[in-house]
Amino acid sequence: MSEHDDTAGTDDSAETDDTFGMEETEKAHREAEEQRYFVAETSEGAQELLPRGTTTAGELRQEVGAVLRLPEGGYIDPNDIDIERRDDQTMIINMGPQHPSTHGVLRLMLELDGETVLRTKPIIGYLHTGMEKTGEELTYVQGSTNVTRMDYLSPLNNELVFSLATEALLGLELPPRATWIRMLMSELNRVSSHLMWMATNGMDLGSTSMMIYGFREREMVLSFFEKTSGLRMNHNYIRPGGVAADLPDGWEDDIEILCETILARSYEYDELLTGQPIFRDRTEAVGNLSAEEALALSVTGPILRSTGVPWDLRRAMPYLAYDKLDFDVIVGSYGDNFDRYSVRLNEIRESIKIVRQIAEMMPPGDYRVQDRKVTPPPRARIDESMEALIHHFKIFTEGFRVPEGEVYVAIESPRGELGCYIVSDGTSKPYRMHIRGPSFVNLQVLPLLLRGGLMADAVAVISSVDPVMGEVDR
Amino acid sequence: MSDTASAATPAATSVLPDVPRLPDRLVDQLAFPSRDTYKQMVAAFRAAGFEMCSDVCAVDYLTHPGRQLPDGVKAERFEVVVNLLSLSMRQRVRIRVQVPESDPEVDSITDVYPGADAMEREAYDLLGVIFTGHPDMTRILMPEDWEGHPLRKDYGVGRVPVQFKEAPGPR
Repeated sequence: MSEHDDTAGTDDSAETDDTFGMEETEKAHREAEEQRYFVAETSEGAQELLPRGTTTAGELRQEVGAVLRLPEGGYIDPNDIDIERRDDQTMIINMGPQHPSTHGVLRLMLELDGETVLRTKPIIGYLHTGMEKTGEELTYVQGSTNVTRMDYLSPLNNELVFSLATEALLGLELPPRATWIRMLMSELNRVSSHLMWMATNGMDLGSTSMMIYGFREREMVLSFFEKTSGLRMNHNYIRPGGVAADLPDGWEDDIEILCETILARSYEYDELLTGQPIFRDRTEAVGNLSAEEALALSVTGPILRSTGVPWDLRRAMPYLAYDKLDFDVIVGSYGDNFDRYSVRLNEIRESIKIVRQIAEMMPPGDYRVQDRKVTPPPRARIDESMEALIHHFKIFTEGFRVPEGEVYVAIESPRGELGCYIVSDGTSKPYRMHIRGPSFVNLQVLPLLLRGGLMADAVAVISSVDPVMGEVDR
Repeated sequence: MSDTASAATPAATSVLPDVPRLPDRLVDQLAFPSRDTYKQMVAAFRAAGFEMCSDVCAVDYLTHPGRQLPDGVKAERFEVVVNLLSLSMRQRVRIRVQVPESDPEVDSITDVYPGADAMEREAYDLLGVIFTGHPDMTRILMPEDWEGHPLRKDYGVGRVPVQFKEAPGPR
C-alpha cells in the first residue's frame, strides 16, 4: 500500500492499515521470490510438454503418434480424437517425478480433456548421474561395479553385457562352467526382476497381496544371490574373464527348492490375478500396441513379444550357451496390458525351466579364465609366487589393456535388448562406453499407449511398460 | 548363426555397394557413409528389411584420432554410430558417420525410424551433435539450462561444483 492511500483513508484505521499493508507486500514479495526460485529450480523449459499453441507441427504430430509409418509407407491414424481441440479446452497436468506409481523419478506431463489423455510427454533425467562418463574413468576391472547400478532390478544382466563386450574386444574364450554359471544367474535375475514387476504391477492395480507375494518370492532369489556373490543387489559378480566366485556348496538343492516354490506359487498368482474380473477389466484392451508400432519405436523385450513378434535375442541371436537349451519364446497377440502381463508371468515359468536345465547340465571346471593378464591369481598363490603378486598388483592398480577397436554386444535383459557399445583406444579404460538401455527406448512408447485412454488407466499402462529409472537416466 | 549371416549378406551389400567397409570381429556389418549419403543409406537399409533402429549414439574422438577407418573415409572429431537390426534376416548393421567439429550437424533419421527420437536427443544432449530435421531437438537427460555437453572429451569434469551444501566446490 502506498503513502497516498494511507493519508486518504480515515485516521483511526491508518496505522493498522499501514502495518497490514506492509505485511501484505512483504508476503507477496516473498511468495513471488519463492515462486521464481522454485520454478527456476524445477523448470525443464522446452523439454516439457508445451501448449498446443507453442508446439511445432512436427513435434505435435509426433506426440499424437502420427509419425509412425506403416511398412507400406502409410500413416497410422489412431482414431484422431483431438485434431480440432484448442488449448483452452484441455488441461496440462504434471505427474511425478515424486509419484508412487511412476516407478521412480519418472515425470509425465499429460494433456487431458476431462478424463481422456490426449498427449503425454515423459520428462526424464532426474536420476542422471553420468554413468557413461564415469565408465570412461574406470578400468575394465572396475567397470562392472559401475554398470551394475544402472538397471538395479537386473544387475547381473548389466554386468553380463559389459563383460561380454570387453571379452569380445579381448578375444577371450571362457571356460564352459563360467558361461553356464552366468546363464544360471542371469535367468534367476530375470525371474527376480519379473517377480518385482508382478509385485509393483499388482500394487498399481490395487492388489496389495500381489505386492507382498512378489516381494516374498523375489527375496528367495535374492538370498541365493547373496549366498553366491555376497550381495543382494549390485553384485559385481559377473566380471570380464568369468565370474567372481564359484557357486556355493549345495547350490543344486537351493536351486531345486527355489524352482519348485516359485513355480508352484506362479500358479497362485494365476488364481489371484489372471482370472480376477476386476484385474481383467483393467488390463484387457488397455494400452494396445501393434507390432508395426512397436518395431517403428524400437521397442524390445516383453512389450514387443506381447504384440506377437517372436523376437528374443536368446533364441534369435544366441549368446552364452542358450542354443543348447530348450525353452519357448512367449508371445502375446493383442499387445495390451493383459498380454504384457501374461508374457512376463509365463517368462517366469520358462526361466524356471531354463534354470532347471542349467542345474542339470552344469559342466565342471573353472569358473573364470586362467589368464593372469585378465583375472587375478588365487589368494594362496600370492604368498608363494612373486609373479602372482605382480599380476595381482597390476590388475587391481592399472587393470589390463584391451586392444583397440569397437564392439556392440546385445543381450536379452528382462526389459528387452540391453546393448553395450565399447570403443577401446588400447588402454585399460574404455574410451567410450555406451549402454543401450531397453527402459530408455521403451519409454518412447508411452505417449502412444496412453493416447485416448483414461487417466485412471495411465498408472496401469506405465506399470506395464516396466521402466527402471536407473537405466533410463543412467 | 553364420549361415543366416551369410544369407543376409548379399541383401545388405546390394543396398549401397560403394560404401566403404571394414571387416569386424563379430557378425555385424559395418558401413561408413558420408554425411550426405547417410540418411539415404539408412532409408535403403530400412527398405532392405532392417525393421528396427536399435541404437544411436555418438563418440567424441578428440583424444584418440588414430582409429582404424577404411580408405576414403576422413576421420573427424565426432562419429555418430547407428545400429540397425533386421528381425527377418537376424542381422545387425552398424553405420558410422564422421561429423566434423566445425559443423556438428547430421541428418535426423526420425522420419525413417521414429524410435531414434529419444536416442538422437540423448546424443545431442551429451555430445552436442545436432540432428537436423529432428522434431524436438532439446536436451533430455541434463537440465534445460545446462552449459556444455558432458560426454565431450574436453568437458571439464569437476568444473561445476557438486550441488550439495557442504561440497567444497570444484576440484
